[in-house]
Amino acid sequence: MIKIEIDGREVSAEPGSMLIQVADKVGIPIPRFCYHKKLSVAANCRMCLVQVEKAPKPLPACATPITEGMKVWTTSPQAVEAQRAVMEFLLINHPLDCPICDQGGECELQDVSMQYGNDISRYTEAKRVVEDHNLGPLIATDLTRCIQCTRCVRFGEEISGERELGAVGRGENLRIETFMHRHVNSEVSGNVIDLCPVGALTSKPFRFRARAWELTEHAMISPHDCVGSHLYLHVLRQKVMRVVPKDAEEINETWLSDRDRFSYQALTHEDRLHSPMLERQGIWGMASWIEALKYTIAGIKLVIDSYGADQVGVLASPNATSEELFLLQELMRGMGVTSIDHRLRQQDFSGDEHAPIFPSLGMEIKDFENIDALLLIGSNLHKEQPILGLKARKIALKGGTVSVINPAAFNFNFTLHAHEVVGNEFIATLAGVAKALIALTKAASFAEEIKLLAKVTPTVTQAQIAQALLDGKKRSIVLGQLALMHPQAEKISALGKLIAKLCAANFGVLSDGANAAGAWLAGCVPHRLPGGAPSAKPGKNVLQMLEKPLRCYILYGLELEFDSLLGSQALQSVKQADFVVAFSPFQSPSLLEVADLIIPIAPFAENSGSYINCEAKWQDIHAAIEPFGDSRPGWKILRVLGDLAQLQHFKYDNLDLISNKIHKFYADRKPINEFSYNAPAELNVTASSNLLCISPLSLYSVDSLTRRATALQNTHDAIKHPTVQMNSVTANSLQVKHGERAQIKSTAGISFLPVEINERVPDNCVLVYQALAQTLNIGLPYGAVEVGAC
Amino acid sequence: MLQNQICYRTLHLPESWTLKAYESAGGYQVWRKILREQTPPEQIIAELKLSSLRGRGGAGFPTGLKWSFINRAAPGQKYVVCNSDEGEPGTFKDRSILLYNPHQMIEGMAIAGYVMGATVGYNYIRGEFVQPGARADAALKEAYAAGLLGNNILNSGFDFNLYNTMGAGAYICGEETALMDSLEGKKGLPRFKPPFPAAHGVYGCPTTINNTETFASVPVILEKGGQWHLEHGKPNNGGFKIFSVSGHVNKPGNYEIPLGTPFMELLELAGGMRDGKKLKAVIPGGSSAPVLPASMMQDITMDYDCLAKAGTMLGSGAVIIMDESTCMVKVLARISEFYAEESCGQCTPCREGTGWMERMLHRILAGQGQISDLDKLDQVAANIMGRTICALGDAAAMPVRSFIKHFRSEFAAYIPNAG
Repeated sequence: MIKIEIDGREVSAEPGSMLIQVADKVGIPIPRFCYHKKLSVAANCRMCLVQVEKAPKPLPACATPITEGMKVWTTSPQAVEAQRAVMEFLLINHPLDCPICDQGGECELQDVSMQYGNDISRYTEAKRVVEDHNLGPLIATDLTRCIQCTRCVRFGEEISGERELGAVGRGENLRIETFMHRHVNSEVSGNVIDLCPVGALTSKPFRFRARAWELTEHAMISPHDCVGSHLYLHVLRQKVMRVVPKDAEEINETWLSDRDRFSYQALTHEDRLHSPMLERQGIWGMASWIEALKYTIAGIKLVIDSYGADQVGVLASPNATSEELFLLQELMRGMGVTSIDHRLRQQDFSGDEHAPIFPSLGMEIKDFENIDALLLIGSNLHKEQPILGLKARKIALKGGTVSVINPAAFNFNFTLHAHEVVGNEFIATLAGVAKALIALTKAASFAEEIKLLAKVTPTVTQAQIAQALLDGKKRSIVLGQLALMHPQAEKISALGKLIAKLCAANFGVLSDGANAAGAWLAGCVPHRLPGGAPSAKPGKNVLQMLEKPLRCYILYGLELEFDSLLGSQALQSVKQADFVVAFSPFQSPSLLEVADLIIPIAPFAENSGSYINCEAKWQDIHAAIEPFGDSRPGWKILRVLGDLAQLQHFKYDNLDLISNKIHKFYADRKPINEFSYNAPAELNVTASSNLLCISPLSLYSVDSLTRRATALQNTHDAIKHPTVQMNSVTANSLQVKHGERAQIKSTAGISFLPVEINERVPDNCVLVYQALAQTLNIGLPYGAVEVGAC
Repeated sequence: MLQNQICYRTLHLPESWTLKAYESAGGYQVWRKILREQTPPEQIIAELKLSSLRGRGGAGFPTGLKWSFINRAAPGQKYVVCNSDEGEPGTFKDRSILLYNPHQMIEGMAIAGYVMGATVGYNYIRGEFVQPGARADAALKEAYAAGLLGNNILNSGFDFNLYNTMGAGAYICGEETALMDSLEGKKGLPRFKPPFPAAHGVYGCPTTINNTETFASVPVILEKGGQWHLEHGKPNNGGFKIFSVSGHVNKPGNYEIPLGTPFMELLELAGGMRDGKKLKAVIPGGSSAPVLPASMMQDITMDYDCLAKAGTMLGSGAVIIMDESTCMVKVLARISEFYAEESCGQCTPCREGTGWMERMLHRILAGQGQISDLDKLDQVAANIMGRTICALGDAAAMPVRSFIKHFRSEFAAYIPNAG
């Protein structure tokens, strides 16, 4: 620690810190525009000039490292004169159109000019005008207001890794532009809205909707992925007007993914239900709450009485709160129903017995960037978990190695150490890496595994991956969505764990939805009770429930055709049931088709409860606004249903009573990094000659909210996804051409999609994004398909 | 007076730019000797320090001192860069070096590479220098063919690979760190210093960057000795310097003369004032140097210290002579236009201020000016000075301030009577 003096105050700070950091720490205000704590120092706005003893001219506080005994004045005549001069320069070409600017009231330029600006400008010449550009559906531009601080440019270069915005031109003509006027397509692009100190980049969906000072701020947790980003809802008159990040250094730092930022639009979508809906003699109409709830219990009871409780299947969304999921399973188990599951995007359940109490990353999110040897198995990370994607990039930038085993050669915005593109052949590749590790470590204590891998010969890349893992000090093996939805997910997982054991690495999974961990803990799985105790009467899992139709389904917070891997097949099964109750904030044509009753539950923002994220962190949420129309928070509805079903011990008068019950099982768990596995009996590596369909989940189709967020649905990621992608070799052999429609036949049915040539897709594979209206018939991931011209 | 002793020492030879001509004048002898005798780099640096050679690009930083900043023994790649991006208005000395004596610059760079332990050098040539660039390319080819560059040069075990690279016409790329960005293939933007190039230069590696004239001076200094160089010129202002004389003189051109030569002698060398008109003003160091009125020029000697004392600078040695018919308002408007055009736009004061000054001056030129504009101009210029990352802000401000200081009455008379 070294001592310096700022404005007469003695301050001690880490050597190497910049003046502005030290001043910020002790609360001495220094005006700034280009400086941002998460970005590199540009020192170009010159607003933070301060007087430093012995320096002949004022120095920028953001770029001046502290030295022992340094004396600094931030408000001396020399400093203030310099700051006022810079302020004048910043304002001469600024349009000063604050009354019609969206940034008004929360504008850094406005704020600083209140202190340093003059009320009358000396500038009498014509002002600069800059042409605007359409950056896409999320970011609105008013580039005439730009003060060229280049925060947005540095964000792309340094944080997101997508250099979409750049500063072109010189001098006064320096302006922010995209290359060749393209759109901004990064999955974290919205952050430039927050970074922009002025109204040059603002939120397009929020544009002209409200003034900053009218809004009330409510803390919330993102309901879309297992990271659980912290955010603020900005609310005006019971309506969420926008979402901004909440600083959470240990999770999302200061960033937010576009999915978390813009999904709020769905809260006011026209599909929102005002009240319970009931189908009476083929005609849908509104129902009173008591009628709907009684009808629900009566309907379920009738099925149980007539066909037995095993004819009832309960499917819940992993985005529901732990409290809802706990009550749901308690209600259903209380009525004798055991087929309860939330694992809608899983098709291999053979590892149920050995599963940990809940899935986790095996480490804290804040430590993720400190990994120096990461092996990612089956994940297009930044389109799956955008915040973790940013952190993985940090690993690579810091000199760590990121190796990837993926079905297709997805684009990463940093340099990968090794990229194994495997189609669906994860097993052979993982076996190769494990074998290479055994050879490198001369491990002898894995006799069974050594025998299993006897015939495996690692390829050069597999050996490279193994070596990179051993070269690291903090290693981690992480399984993503594309591995977890694989038909051999359990074997992939076992080999992943074996690799982790062999190199003493951490092992983790990126679970589906926002609260898979909470769902497991709350007992929302067929074979386990709350807290993970094995169920005496294990029920059916998702696949069993849907492959052979049951008589009754309870659908909680989901749209099966999109949220289940089975797609349209799932819908067909549910259609055949006698009685279907759907709990959903939205109506949809398919829900109206299959359900007998739709109960309007409150989605995020309107609901309270808790989530457990992938680092096993318990995160409480509190409703920010009243539920829409006559809808109600799920936990309240389930509690009343428990009463109506005359279940004992169902007297949960408030949310805390439920939370406390789950919290007892949670018991302040840390992310678990103890894992066991059963070595697979055989590898079964058989090269398939069938054309296989790789089907990642589309970034903006993950849940009913994002699917209804209009701006997100107009992004490049959403628009370009309904295609069948293949490389040119495959296209030639299938005799289909880029841009023309092709017919895709799977066990689930036929789809027609335009062909897109994408050389990142391996031979003999096609890539079709799942969970899109056009792709519901593509069948299970990694299934065989036939593709031909039509 | 001794002329053309250093950079232009081959001028009298036919096809002076060829290897043959250069070697006939004693070229590459120093380089061969260094390689043969494995001269200790410290000895070369000491000789340069003794010579009092100062950076000829404009800043005048002692070359020997600069070369001593690089730790020769430190591991890792080091670079030597030659700044041939001669863009300061009024300056045309490096162009003539590249055109008529490119080998001497190459020899100087090779010696620098040897001293600093840099095995790679880049010569960054101004984009508009088509013919000088071609001469530099041809010279490079000759030097490689003669085994004077490349790997294991003349069996010495020393490698030095030199590359020419052309700029794309941005004045700002003459600023050494912007030049490095441009060299790396980026948009040329000056970098914030520290770190200085000696620690963090091209591709983040230790780099020594000097002007073309500086490099070209080195072989002769080492041949004739630092003391010889120092003795021609004044103490602390040793040696010879090229002055690019332009404007209203009879014989505009480059004059390589000892530092400390009285201005009036230089004017005489340049053939005196054109058409016998009276001298009005001189910009002694390129367009960014403060202007001096004729009354101050009588006692000026052309060296770093005397010009600094007079409130201006030697800069790149571009002497712009203006006679009594010159309209100072028009000159300043033209200079300001240049800096507004060439500002990189990075720092607020320079980006906004250069445009503001240019607009005001053009307004004055168009007869729309007010007397109060003069103070405003001076204040805007003062607000730019010392507040930017690189020196372009100062370069744009100094002419404005000096023109208004020395020719205020002319501006004041122009404003009500223009148009």
